[in-house]
Amino acid sequence: MPFSAQPPASGERYALSASLDNARHLSSLLRAVHFQDHATCLATASGLRVTVEDAKCIQANAFIQAEIFQEFSVQEESVMFRISLSVLLDCLTIFGTSSLPGTSTALRMCYHGYGYPLMLFLEEGGVVTVCKINTQEPDELLDFDFCSTKVVNKIILQSEGLREAFAELDMTSEVLQITMSPDKPYFRLSTFGNAGSAHLDYPKDSDLMEAFHCTQTQTNRYKISLLKPSTKALALSCKVSIRTDAQGFLSLQYMIRNEDGQICFVEYYCCPDENIT
Amino acid sequence: MKGPRQVTVSLYPSPQSFLGIFRSLPSLEKSVGKCLILFKPRASRLVLQLHCKYGVTKTHNLAFQECERLQAVFDTQRCASRLCAPARGMRADGRRDLGRSCRIWGAQPPPVSLRVLAEAVVHFPLTLAEVTLGTCPSGKISLRNYVEEEAELSKTMVTELWLAEDEFQSVAVAPGSHITFCLKEFRGLLSFAEASNLPLTIHFDEPGRPVIFTLDDTVLEVHLVLATLSDLESNSQSPSTNGVSHLPAPSDDFPDDLESYMVAMETSEGGFEGPPSPTFPLRTPRPAEREPEEEEEGAVPGTPPHKKVRGGCAWGHGVGRASS
Repeated sequence: MPFSAQPPASGERYALSASLDNARHLSSLLRAVHFQDHATCLATASGLRVTVEDAKCIQANAFIQAEIFQEFSVQEESVMFRISLSVLLDCLTIFGTSSLPGTSTALRMCYHGYGYPLMLFLEEGGVVTVCKINTQEPDELLDFDFCSTKVVNKIILQSEGLREAFAELDMTSEVLQITMSPDKPYFRLSTFGNAGSAHLDYPKDSDLMEAFHCTQTQTNRYKISLLKPSTKALALSCKVSIRTDAQGFLSLQYMIRNEDGQICFVEYYCCPDENIT
Repeated sequence: MKGPRQVTVSLYPSPQSFLGIFRSLPSLEKSVGKCLILFKPRASRLVLQLHCKYGVTKTHNLAFQECERLQAVFDTQRCASRLCAPARGMRADGRRDLGRSCRIWGAQPPPVSLRVLAEAVVHFPLTLAEVTLGTCPSGKISLRNYVEEEAELSKTMVTELWLAEDEFQSVAVAPGSHITFCLKEFRGLLSFAEASNLPLTIHFDEPGRPVIFTLDDTVLEVHLVLATLSDLESNSQSPSTNGVSHLPAPSDDFPDDLESYMVAMETSEGGFEGPPSPTFPLRTPRPAEREPEEEEEGAVPGTPPHKKVRGGCAWGHGVGRASS
């Protein structure tokens, strides 16, 4: 059935309808969590949350608040569906990924509801592309039950100091060990690879350290292959908060400033590989 | 009080673990202030600690195994020959011509930089294993690719070049001497010497005795000791040996003679049998002396014939020979 190239009037009742002048505000954040093919989208009045999980051990969430969109309306309390993140990204970047000054792709997104595909209307320089992406039943998502009251150790670092470290992580090591302590070494990232061990120490009084709240010495190991994708989010971000709870669950929250200076967040949650202390 | 102990270790699994730490020089220069190296024999660890900006410390604990110390027996003082190539030099006109004499300038030109040697080795294929360094009776230093005894000279490309004595800072060599050594290691040392801007000295003796390349600095002393091929057969006039050519090195009017040589080649009928280095302009091309059957020498019955070298290459053997 031929599909009209006109985006639907905003009067029509769509479970989710949103407009964005610059699709990159969405696509760059989605890329930061794109380590699996599929994602679960949750739209509420506050905005859009896109979740990717792997191995029942790691979960990444990209948050795009309603304020980022030029128009954002959700008819029901919440709308949730599973979608191919690879296809979604390909569509959002259909006009190319390089950003020429002054040009941007405009996006209109519509979702009728359960069982309907997600419709994207993308326009750049007068050219319009219409995409219809099938949606699936949403998966049950992990609940790390990570709330601020349960946090044992927390630091906030300037991303600049961690970017190189994460990019150069010794991937021959199976784990990334994170030590957080009120005493030395304060904050330490360790790997145990074929050639030997490597430790990266950040003192609590470093200029990179924006906040340091460690109450207890904790050392936890996480599968390095699961955490490596977070490097993408780190690369986009200006600040990162690193928190652990009593079970050693890790929360990484990245503060990302988009082209217009608006703040968005990406977070990664990871289960410990083994609890050492 | 114990004196300092010398230990030889091999990094496990490979030196790449050590090199990997210093992989990105720009980022090291940008962020690392100090590097501490600690040797921990009891833990079998070599510790490298980089003190970076913002107070960040990167510690690498590299595993190693103690191994037997290899001691090369050599004494640079006892070497008959010595060549020294300075680290940096200037040419009055910025040009570099191998083999040219200094009559153009009148006065003694300043020594040319180590680049002379670096650029000389560029002429040899990367796959070449060994090179022969020789001293001609005229005083020129020659570099030529080493050809295996078993190789058919008619199918081998031979490259030879000569450097004048004044290309080096100092030359104290036994005339007519030559040594054959591994080119790959030499290339590596040359690039290191260039990068660190250190003069290179080559000490050598008879074939079979090691060649020692030394670099000297206030903080660094490098000795690269390479084995050289020993002369199993005495040098003869036979073209099949790869000894230094016994013909005089080309005169300084070489390029002019090359032209007439090329002309003579084009007009000659059939091929010619030449000495190992048919590039000497003093040699005139001779008609083929070999029987045509000898072209098939070495061919194994039942296998396709060897590819013949087509003419046109001034530097190869058997040039101009009719192909089958």
